[in-house]
Amino acid sequence: MIKIKKRWEIAESEVTPEPLYRRRREFMQAAGTIGGALLLNPLAAAQAALEIGDYRKNVVTLDDKLTDEADATSYNNFYEFGTDKEDPKRNSRRFKTDDWKIEVSGECEKPGTYGLEDLVKPFPIEERIYRLRCVEAWSMVIPWLGVPLGSILGSFQPTSKAKYVAFRTLYDPVRMPGQQRSVLNWPYREGLTIAEAMHPLTIMSVGMYGKSMPNQNGAPIRLVVPWKYGFKSIKSIVSIEFVETRPPTSWNMAAASEYGFYSNVNPEVDHPRWSQKRERRIGEIFKRDTLMFNGYAAEVAGLYDDLDLTVNF
Amino acid sequence: MWLKSGYAKLIAHLLCLLPFAGLVWAVFNNGLGANPVEKLTHETGDWTLRFLLLTLSLTPLRQWTGQAAWIRFRRMLGLYTFFYVSCHFLIWFVADHSLDLGYMAEDIVKRPYITLGFSAFLLLVPLAVTSNQFMIRRLGKKWKSLHQLVYLILLLGVLHFLWLVKADYLEPGIYAIIAVILLVHRLGPIRRLGVKSSPVAR
Repeated sequence: MIKIKKRWEIAESEVTPEPLYRRRREFMQAAGTIGGALLLNPLAAAQAALEIGDYRKNVVTLDDKLTDEADATSYNNFYEFGTDKEDPKRNSRRFKTDDWKIEVSGECEKPGTYGLEDLVKPFPIEERIYRLRCVEAWSMVIPWLGVPLGSILGSFQPTSKAKYVAFRTLYDPVRMPGQQRSVLNWPYREGLTIAEAMHPLTIMSVGMYGKSMPNQNGAPIRLVVPWKYGFKSIKSIVSIEFVETRPPTSWNMAAASEYGFYSNVNPEVDHPRWSQKRERRIGEIFKRDTLMFNGYAAEVAGLYDDLDLTVNF
Repeated sequence: MWLKSGYAKLIAHLLCLLPFAGLVWAVFNNGLGANPVEKLTHETGDWTLRFLLLTLSLTPLRQWTGQAAWIRFRRMLGLYTFFYVSCHFLIWFVADHSLDLGYMAEDIVKRPYITLGFSAFLLLVPLAVTSNQFMIRRLGKKWKSLHQLVYLILLLGVLHFLWLVKADYLEPGIYAIIAVILLVHRLGPIRRLGVKSSPVAR
């Protein structure tokens, strides 16, 4: 069962720590308003990427047991740092995310280059416990910390021409050594329909397990779209573009017959080479049945009423 | 010649069991990472391919070094190949398919990479069962023909691996290249034999 807290339900223990409260004014001063050219206080930018201070706990929870943090941070598909599951943790140790910039462009009123804090700080960070289902048929339950993507996108005022949102990961083969091999067409690209992007479940995540995002999980900021296969939840985002036509997505470019644009979790539609009916929950030995839309059917099925999901996989 | 000594076989057995011992240790010491079943399946599959390639490299090794004693180890390596493929299959059947025969059959039929893998496993059974003096004597010439199946098994095993990876073909690619080298090497003499025997046929 998914429990969604009302907006006003905050635990008494969630008191803003004084140092953060003081620094908040710094950020607001430096950030100014969202839009146009921004001049960040260079000292503020030089500090570690995004520090997670106060956040609203358990905004979305699950009955499922949480995956061990050690597992969630040591078993990753992040080919930018190598293709073995242990590679991202090992090879991203020295990956720095200071001074992270995100380019916003396309069909919107307020394009520009934004610092990470500018994007996220105006909105309260929420803890959301979501299932994450990989296309390889394993899954985890992760307490993400993030902000609804819809809130962030709203700041840029997308126009009516914005039918899709396209994302890109950083391209830097020196800092991301896995990109030195062309296992995928770099940089990593993903996209959502505007409806999917604005859906209340879709978040931009900046942390997990109460801390800021580990490098191997897509630091400093990544997408989480819990009803789709994990590869749609693009990591280490540097570009957000509002577009009119369906944007190319990396796995679809790699194998169009195997990875569709939608890639909704669907036990009725098998991957051409393996079944999607069951999955291994990390931490368990035996497989369990996969749920339609990863268990979020009640929240998202409506988005696809007009779509044949066997064809539009 | 140390290859001929009794110790050589003992040491060979120990070496062949080392990967298994390593995996057993890892099981009980949390050394398999976040997805132990996947790691075990992958590792036992890897070792099956490695032992298969080792088994097939003994004849070239004999030709290359001029030492016939290498062939002493071929049956052992072949049987260890069967040992590791059995582990591989059991883990898959028990942990992935919860001993559900119907679910297993569905995967074998519907997923090409599993069809190939399961076929390779099945074909290894008669080879393992006939790997003893009694059967060698009993089957005579047919024994050699039966064991030629090992080349088909190698092909099936390599394709099984190639067909299951998502995008990174490096690891299965290496096995494929070694397999091709061994296959070409073996087919060479057979082709030459064909040319030699035609005058006799006339």
